[in-house]
This record gives sequence, C-alpha cells and structure tokens, in this order.
Amino acid sequence: MAAHSAVLSASKIINPFWVGRLGNTAKVFGTTLISHRNKTSLTPPPAKYGGRHTVTLIPGDGIGPELLNHVREVFRFTCVPVDFEVVNVNSALETDDDMNNAITAIRRNGVALKGNIETKHTLPASVKSRNNVLRTSLDLYANVMHCQSLPGVQTRHKNIDIMIIRENTEGEYSSLEHESVSGVVESLKIITRNNSLRIADYAFKLARERGRRRVTAVHKANIMKLGDGLFLQCCREVASGYPEITFDSMIVDNTTMQLVSKPQQFDVMVMPNLYGNVVSNVCAGLVGGPGLVPGANYGHVYAVFETATRNTGKSIAEKNIANPTAMLLASCLMLDHLKLNDYASVIRNAVLTTMNETRLHTADLGGQGTTLEVVQSVMRVIQSKGQFTAEL
Amino acid sequence: GKKLICVLFFSQLSRVVGAAKNETPQSRTFIRGIQTVTLIPGDGIGPEISNAVMKIFEAAKAPIRWEERNVTAIRGPGGKWMIPPDAKESMDKNKIGLKGPLKTPIAAGHPSMNLLLRKTFDLYANVRPCVSIEGYQTPYTDVNLVTIRENTEGEYSGIEHVIVDGVVQSIKLITEQASKRIAEYAFEYARNNQRASVTAVHKANIMRMSDGLFLRKCREAAEKYKDVKFTEMYLDTVCLNMVQDPTQFDVLVMPNLYGDILSDLCAGLIGGLGVTPSGNIGANGVAIFESVHGTAPDIAGKDLANPTALLLSAVMMLRHMGLHGHAKKIETACFDTIRDRKVLTKDLGGNSKCSEFTEAICQRMKDMD
Repeated sequence: MAAHSAVLSASKIINPFWVGRLGNTAKVFGTTLISHRNKTSLTPPPAKYGGRHTVTLIPGDGIGPELLNHVREVFRFTCVPVDFEVVNVNSALETDDDMNNAITAIRRNGVALKGNIETKHTLPASVKSRNNVLRTSLDLYANVMHCQSLPGVQTRHKNIDIMIIRENTEGEYSSLEHESVSGVVESLKIITRNNSLRIADYAFKLARERGRRRVTAVHKANIMKLGDGLFLQCCREVASGYPEITFDSMIVDNTTMQLVSKPQQFDVMVMPNLYGNVVSNVCAGLVGGPGLVPGANYGHVYAVFETATRNTGKSIAEKNIANPTAMLLASCLMLDHLKLNDYASVIRNAVLTTMNETRLHTADLGGQGTTLEVVQSVMRVIQSKGQFTAEL
Repeated sequence: GKKLICVLFFSQLSRVVGAAKNETPQSRTFIRGIQTVTLIPGDGIGPEISNAVMKIFEAAKAPIRWEERNVTAIRGPGGKWMIPPDAKESMDKNKIGLKGPLKTPIAAGHPSMNLLLRKTFDLYANVRPCVSIEGYQTPYTDVNLVTIRENTEGEYSGIEHVIVDGVVQSIKLITEQASKRIAEYAFEYARNNQRASVTAVHKANIMRMSDGLFLRKCREAAEKYKDVKFTEMYLDTVCLNMVQDPTQFDVLVMPNLYGDILSDLCAGLIGGLGVTPSGNIGANGVAIFESVHGTAPDIAGKDLANPTALLLSAVMMLRHMGLHGHAKKIETACFDTIRDRKVLTKDLGGNSKCSEFTEAICQRMKDMD
C-alpha cells in the first residue's frame, strides 16, 4: 500500500498528465488508512429516515447557542429536511468526555454545525483547545473561507473577492510544547510533506472548480527555511499540474501590508495554519467584520461548519445584538454540502436581501437592528418568495 | 576638608542621578554640547537619503555630529562573520545609531546583515510608532499606535530539523528572561511617552505554555506599572479589529513573529514602509534607529528616493535622546511639506526629486525661526 502510494505520488509529480486522469483512484496519504476520494466536494452521508438528514449541532459558548437557535428556527420555518442532534460541551470541565461525545456524534452523522468553544487558559496546559482537538481528531484538514464585499455593507475597501484556504491540522497548532529548562519553553511547529501536498491539492482543485485564475501561497520561508520552505515546495509541485492557474508566493508580512492597501489583487490564497489565522481575520475585517463571513472545515470524510473567525463573543452574548449573518450563511454552506442546494439558495438569498436591500443591520455594522429583527426579516423574505413555509 | 565633602557629595549625587537616569533611558538628557551619533548610510538609496537627513539636521541646527561607518560584514578570526571592529567601537562609544537600508549578499553562508547587527548589540526590542500622516491619504485616518516586538527569540530562533523525510520541525523559543525584558520595556516606553495602555498580543489558547509564559511576564510587569492600563488580546482578534478600527489600539507588545506581521500590517495602514520609522533598543543603552524599507537598487543614485522613513526614524532618535524641541521642529516641517502636496517624491504621489523635497523641508525650518 505504501509502495503503491509512493508510486502514485511520484507519478503525479513527475508526469502532470496523469493528474485528474486518475479519477477516483484511492490515494493514501501518510499512514491514514481511510480510502480517500479524489474530490474536493465529497458525497454526503446518505439521508437516514424518510429523506431527512441528521446533523450534529454543538452550541458552544458565548453567542453560539443563541445564533444556532436562530438557525434552527429558520430551518424549521423553511421546512428544511434536516434534524439536529445537539451535543453540549462544557468548556469549564477538565475532562474530555464531552468532547469525545461530540466527536463520536460527528463521526456518526458526518456533518456538524458548531459555535466556538471557549478555551479557558487558566486551566492547566494539558487541557488543549477543544476546537483544535475537534479539527485534528476528525482530520478536517482544509479551512475554507470566502470573503466577498457585500454591496449593503460600508467598508473602506471595495470589490474584494478572496478565497482563503488554510491548513487546519498542523503547523504552529500542533500543541507540542515543553519546558526544557526552567524558564525556557519550546513550542514545535510541524510541517509535513503529506499535509502540505494535501492542502495545496485542495486549493488548486477548488480554484479550478470555481474558475479562479490565480493561487498565492503565503509563507515566511526566508526565515523558516526548512519548514515554510517545504510548504512552498509542495505548493509549487502541485501548481505544475495546473498550468491554467497562475501560481505565485508572498511573504506573510508583505501580504498583510498589501491586504490593507490593495486587497483586490488577491484571488485564492493558500497557507499554513498560523498565517491562515492572521490572514483570514484581516480579510474578514476588510469585508465588514466577524459577523458576516461563514467558514467551513473540510476533511476527506467529515465536514464542520461555523463562523469564519471563530469568535466566542462573550461580551455580547444573550443581549440580542449579535449578527446572525455568518452563522446563517454557514448553515447554507452546510446545506450545499448535503446537496440541498435549493434550500441553501432560498435562505442565502433571504439573508443577502436583508443585508443589502432592506439594509437591516445589527450593531456591529453600525445599525440599530437586533438579532431577532434580522432573523424575522429573513423569514419574511423567504415567505414572500412563495416558498412553502411553516407558521412565522 | 570642605572641598573634600563637596566632591564626595557631588559624586554621591551623580551616582543617584545616574541610577535614576539608567532606569529611564528615554528621558536621558545630554547636557550642553554636541552628541555624536553613528551613521550607517547603507546600500542602494541609503547614501542619498542619509545625506538628505544630514542636511535637514543641519538646517534645524540640531546638536548632532555624525560619525559615518560601514557595516559590511567581514570574516573575523576563527572564520565567524562579524561587523568591522571600527563600526562596533563607534556604536559602543556613541550608543546611538541611525541606519539606512542594508542589502544582504546572496553569497552562501553570509548571514543577514540585520541579524548580525541584532546579535552584536543584543537589540531586543523593535519599536515602530505608526501615526497617520496628514497629506498622505490612506483608507485609514487617525492611526496612532506603537508596536513593540520582541526581536531575539520566538519563532525566529532559526532552529529547524528534518525529523524524518517529509516532516520538518521548527522550534519557537520563549524564555522568561526575554519576555520579562520586553514586557518591562513596553511599560517603560508607555510611561515615558505618555501612552495610556499596553496590550499584550498572544495566542495562549493554542500555544498554552509558550505564549502563556509571555503573558505571565506581561502581567507581572503590569503590576509594577499601575499607572499604565494593561489588556490582553488574541492575535486574530487584534488583526480583525485593527483593519476595522485602528484607533482603539495604543501600545502593543508581542513576541517575534506576531510582531513582524503586526508591525508590517500597521505600516500598511499609514502608507507603507516608505514612511514608517523604526527603532531597535539594545542592552547597555544601545539604540539603533533605522528605515525599514529596502535598498531600492533600481532608483539608487537617481535622486528619486523618499527620505521620509529615515527622517522620521531620526526624529524618533532625537526624542529618545531627549531633544524634543528639535524633534518637533523637524517632524512638523516634514509633515507640513507632505500636507502641502506641492513638493513630493514619486512614491508619495508627486514628481519632485529627493533634493527638492529635502530643500523644501529645510526652507520650512528656516522660515520657522
């Protein structure tokens, strides 16, 4: 099996002719033995009872629970054939039972929608970030975020349309730290060839699928020559198999400088974990803030949807002022993933209409609307389009 | 008898004053007389912008004498790369330096020049004040913040290994000592420059031990400086808020990598590296102020360069030395010239020469007198 994969990988690098022509042939990366299908969007798990999908719901902390309640309300209203299995995770506990239950539930259902789980760093260092544990256990290796300027939102920069693909499992988030000598802490950043190839592959496939022209790799290989150097090399290898897509690279500090002055120059960006964190937050800020952009975490088998910037929003929790747009759009991404595209379009259009035409904005966008008002407006728009709905 | 007591008294006094002076390096005032500063013109456009700065200082009648030195690395005894001994001697004597852009030769084994300087003088803090320049429009107005970046360790320790083929590990090093030093410097800077708050930027939710240690040291330093407000914020939250509303930030302190990214982000907010000043603070009172842009070899020697970055760094240097009057005068002349928009270099949107821009600033200062 290992030899087979080595030949496959080698053949892919040496002869780009074979890329894409290998089709659904199982490719084994590293030591994982799950059969991987060679697609960016994979076949969703089959609907269970009477055509209804079951999706795991993790409310999380802060604004998570209230926003997810609104999502459920909108789904109920629109008669979306999705049932939610709610799994609560208590961030104050030190044990892993809650997380294990959540992970099992996601393995069972294949798809999840979640709020952010708070990481209390007063707990000992052995208690890792729960969000991170979820991503690594389920091998959700690609974090995809699409930042688009919305006409109804006032921002300093216009016409932004950037897709950010961030490696989601390794890099600086390996959680491998030790205190070698008292007062000296070492934190390890791991970059592997397999994961770098995997994420680069994902980025280029997505770019091709969406008809994007250019992929930019963001790195710091002038300083971290081996680590980021390896990442860059993998990106270049994969790029050679996509001659119609331009590939270039940019150093992360220059990238942030360019983003705040001329963000329109970027198309698709691919990068390791930490730079992804920085760049995705900068881009979210450029298009209007954390309340607007949805995010998706894809693995070969599982998919988890959440807001792109993963904020807990403790200070605005339960005050009815949070912006539900990001979470609603994330649920639309989830519906697309489950191939319930019609429902996804209906809800997405309603959200965007409320944002751009009705201009009902919450406080983070400078408006006066409450969360409930926005959600009700969304439901009214859905109803007015002639969609069969439940009672308001 | 009396004379002896007087002498003893004065030596005691100077020792006490000296101790106080050491604790607040920023407020060091140089008694009468000219202060010598080591000038490293650098490569590319370095020499011409250094000349511009020297001319402007002369017009401002600043009490500075320049000692030019070259820092092209040489091979020392034992084969190790080092900066020329006369440059090191000059810096150690003068303590204050102004540096233009340096190019790093691609020659194999040759270290980065900036890295060499950093190691030689233990330049542990990189300070970048980012203030919006009226007259140089960017989408962001009213930016007024300072990034203080730990410059010796963190992610840039350069320790990397190939574990097995295809798996690379980079080590990020955080030490108690370096974190304590940078945290205390940040609060000291805030106090000496009348800044209201210091924010520690970290990712302790993910890097629990390393950034956790950094954060602890910042908290401990905050205890000693109760007059300065202390907050902590995640790196991603800072980035998110910075591009939406940079006015909420004051002084930011952080480890190496986050500092690199954030300081360039903030430079981008005010207009780029061509207008951003920077200072490096080292141990033993050494401070080197520099422009952070590149050597721009394509316009070198053509009198097209913009000296603003180096000039503002020199102004920062004057403030560090306590020469606030001269600093204000030069800075005002520079900003007024830019705001006027009549004589601007190409990168600022005009088509004047470097010498014309310099002359305009000098003329303004003469008019002020």
